[in-house]
Amino acid sequence: MIRPDAPVLLEIRDLTARVEDQPILKGVSLTIRAGEIHAVMGRNGSGKSTLSKVLAGHPAYTVTGGSVRYMGDDLLTLEPELRARAGLFLGFQYPVEIPGVSNLEFLRVATNARRAGKGEEELDTFAFEDLVRERLQVVQMDPAFLERSVNEGFSGGEKKRNEILQMALLEPLVAVLDETDSGLDIDALRIVAGGVNHLAGPDNATLLITHYQRLLDVITPDYVHVMAAGRILRTGGKELALELEERGYDWVDAELAALERTPAEVG
Amino acid sequence: MVAASLSTPTATAGTAPGSWVSALLADAAGGADARAAQALAQTPLPTRRDEAWRFTDLAPLTALKPTLLRPAPGTHPEPAAGSLRLTLDGHSDPLAGISLPAGLEPITGAGLGESLGQVLAATGSAELWPVLLNGATARNVLALRVRGTVATTLELVSDAGDGEGILPLRLLLVLEPDSSLEILQVHRSAGANLTSVVLEARLGEGAELRHGLLAPGAEAGCLLATVAVEQATGSRYSGVSAHGGWALGRLEPRLVQREGAAHSALKALQLADGRQISDTHSQMVFEGPDGRLEQLHKAVADGQGRSVFNGAVQVPRAAQRTDAAQLSRNLLLSDRARIDTKPELEIVADDVRCAHGATVSRLQQDELFYLQSRGIAADQAARLLLRGFCEEVLQELPAAASAWQPLASLLGEEGR
Ligand SMILES: Nc1ncnc2c1ncn2[C@@H]1O[C@H](COP(=O)(O)OP(=O)(O)OP(=O)(O)O)[C@@H](O)[C@H]1O
Ligand SMILES: [Mg+2]
Repeated sequence: MIRPDAPVLLEIRDLTARVEDQPILKGVSLTIRAGEIHAVMGRNGSGKSTLSKVLAGHPAYTVTGGSVRYMGDDLLTLEPELRARAGLFLGFQYPVEIPGVSNLEFLRVATNARRAGKGEEELDTFAFEDLVRERLQVVQMDPAFLERSVNEGFSGGEKKRNEILQMALLEPLVAVLDETDSGLDIDALRIVAGGVNHLAGPDNATLLITHYQRLLDVITPDYVHVMAAGRILRTGGKELALELEERGYDWVDAELAALERTPAEVG
Repeated sequence: MVAASLSTPTATAGTAPGSWVSALLADAAGGADARAAQALAQTPLPTRRDEAWRFTDLAPLTALKPTLLRPAPGTHPEPAAGSLRLTLDGHSDPLAGISLPAGLEPITGAGLGESLGQVLAATGSAELWPVLLNGATARNVLALRVRGTVATTLELVSDAGDGEGILPLRLLLVLEPDSSLEILQVHRSAGANLTSVVLEARLGEGAELRHGLLAPGAEAGCLLATVAVEQATGSRYSGVSAHGGWALGRLEPRLVQREGAAHSALKALQLADGRQISDTHSQMVFEGPDGRLEQLHKAVADGQGRSVFNGAVQVPRAAQRTDAAQLSRNLLLSDRARIDTKPELEIVADDVRCAHGATVSRLQQDELFYLQSRGIAADQAARLLLRGFCEEVLQELPAAASAWQPLASLLGEEGR
């Protein structure tokens, strides 16, 4: 839902970042207002996951320029855990397995950290179990997954559902979902997309990273961005995704080549 | 990871080693086994020139006062339901005023004379220095025979407290064929003392022993624990141990399957922080075919702590179709900590499956980041990961262990 007067939640300006010595983000700008759903598409290796990890504060990436403001504050100076407590959520493309740490305890500690960030009181184990059982229904997940170690031995689709369960518990203001749709069977895709739609509201925003129109058939984006070689090359409405589906990414090369010829543009 | 950074192997701290032993023997004289005392007097103190003590300096031990310790009663959590606690102080009779559950009876007199030391001999443990030390100083033996299924978990608890000296404890279990028992040893300390414990267990055909050992130590405290197990065919031994927090903590499980065809499982966790040494030297011998071993050894080293694991497995020609798996997994939390891990497989039989592996790693950045990205602070995330690493072993301890808060006590976080 686009409301030009809605508050800006996330404002990315000319963001550049590298991993080790390799520049990956080469000037990304993106503004996200409350209520909006954005989709970022683009070829493999174009920098989509890097953008998501830089936003979440992954230590392997170094920001070399530009700025990110989140709710008016400088996001980049915050530790990853403080970003999360302030309501920024990253749904991982590859959720991490953590042997020996119970999923239930992990979810409880995470939920309480986020609640503290919102100035709410901690939930005790009983109150939390009630909450988690209710939120499990959003993703139609079997409570048996709570007893297992975090993501350990989960199938690809089960891991993605666990990500959305976390999102449902943490109630983020800005959710960045990195290929949450990949690896899902048809039913699971509907369930997960239904969960995302259910959680999307006028006061929060969602940034979906995806390769497939089939997700955007269920979650209608307000904006579609095409990323290439570490930049956002083009932005449009939902019809841009349909156009990509038809034309592929060949046109990207031509536009990139044109950009390379105008170095002034390069941040 | 060897020799280069070793400090000179000496035991010069405090009294000279020879006189340390003689002072101790003088104090222990009268109550203990004279022959064992003589054997100890004639055996030189191990030094780091001995292969089995290469990484493990006895200095924290010889720094202790060479006297027998009689600890004051400690305060302990209530025993869990379904468990019977026997308190071992090295002096009083742990069975006084206790009515043993069905299936358990004390071994006394001639029976004791016959059985004591047998398993030590069978496992080649009788000459180990910690065993000699124990034999020369222990004044009594808790010896029990097991018939049928004992439903109660037996807790054997010692607490050396903050007193100085040596607390020697000697235990013997004889499991008759098809009997079964669960025991939990708990050894604690809060001061400059040594807990020396030797357990012998003989498992008859088809017998089952589930054995837990939890030993959270103290900064200046030492622990030398030997667990000797002799197994007949069809028997099952499962040992789960966790020790850490000792200036010097060394555990020596020594198992023998006399005719093979038995099942042995060893799961262990050891922690070393500060300048502590945590050591496990295990030995598994298959003397007949079709035996099985499943062994997992986990270690955490932080600070300038040092972790040592040596896992010997012997599969002689008679032990065809042995199936043995040993895995050593280590977590290195500081640049100044050290981990030495070594499998020692001697395989002569040709039709066997023996797998072994060892890993040393740090906390994984991706795992830490995942937790942080969910609002969990870096230090808490590290703790969760550490706990996850430890729980794999701790959750296998007998249920009665939970009253002792295994993880918190090992990490020195009780009451936090
Ligand atoms: N930690 C890293 N170390 C080395 N190279 C990296 C690292 N992270 C990302 N890269 C490189 O940066 C580029 C962008 O990767 P990124 O994961 O952001 O792509 P993506 O757009 O998410 O691709 P996909 O659609 O395949 O998920 C790739 O060339 C990748 O190899
Ligand atoms: Mg990606």
